Amino acid sequence: MHCRIDHEPLDTHALRHAMIDRRAGGFVVFEGWVRDYNEGREVVALHYEVHDRLAVKEGERVLTEALARYDILDAVCHHRSGDLALTDIAVWVGVTSRHRAAAFDACRYIIDEIKARLPIWKKEFYRDGDSGWVNCVGCAQGHAHAHHAHAPREGQSRG
Amino acid sequence: MKRITTEYFAVFREQAGIMEERVDSHAGTVGELFVECAGRHGFADPRERCKVAVNDELVSWETPVHDGDRVLFFPPVAGG
Repeated sequence: MHCRIDHEPLDTHALRHAMIDRRAGGFVVFEGWVRDYNEGREVVALHYEVHDRLAVKEGERVLTEALARYDILDAVCHHRSGDLALTDIAVWVGVTSRHRAAAFDACRYIIDEIKARLPIWKKEFYRDGDSGWVNCVGCAQGHAHAHHAHAPREGQSRG
Repeated sequence: MKRITTEYFAVFREQAGIMEERVDSHAGTVGELFVECAGRHGFADPRERCKVAVNDELVSWETPVHDGDRVLFFPPVAGG
């Protein structure tokens, strides 16, 4: 069991390999990817800011909870920090179990708790040159409302 | 009067224009200290959606603040 904050791209092959376990009958992975839109705006890049020490501490608390709640063998989480491009992996959660149901349930629990609890902040950079912190008042959402009026015009100019 | 060090992250750091500062305060709890700092720097996010850590431990808003504490204010998180 471990949680890590990574400053370089994740090596998913190595992560998977490290979890191989003869007792396991199932392995469930969740990968969170950087996608090209959010809240109706075209996203071109992301920046993650992380308080590494507290994120690892809280992340391992989440993994410990999952190991206690579900009948799983191991659980690992990696989250990126820094600048990410579209399609990059932002977060990787891997869970092994003897039977698949527990691994699915635990993986879902871990990613949901990680998103809600770890001191990680996401800044989105938009096609129109604007940027904003996700989930903050007066940040991304506020800008999104302010820019709704421009969206159709920008769409037409691109077409 | 207590002398406390506060640290700001993400949007709070940008709104405050600083990463950390020394604060002289009569605040009894970290929640009261947050209200003081948020008012001074114009933080718009409601306290219920933010988090706070004291000396590297996540704590509740009711936690007492002591002279010499290092208090970290976290805006709403967005991992994943």
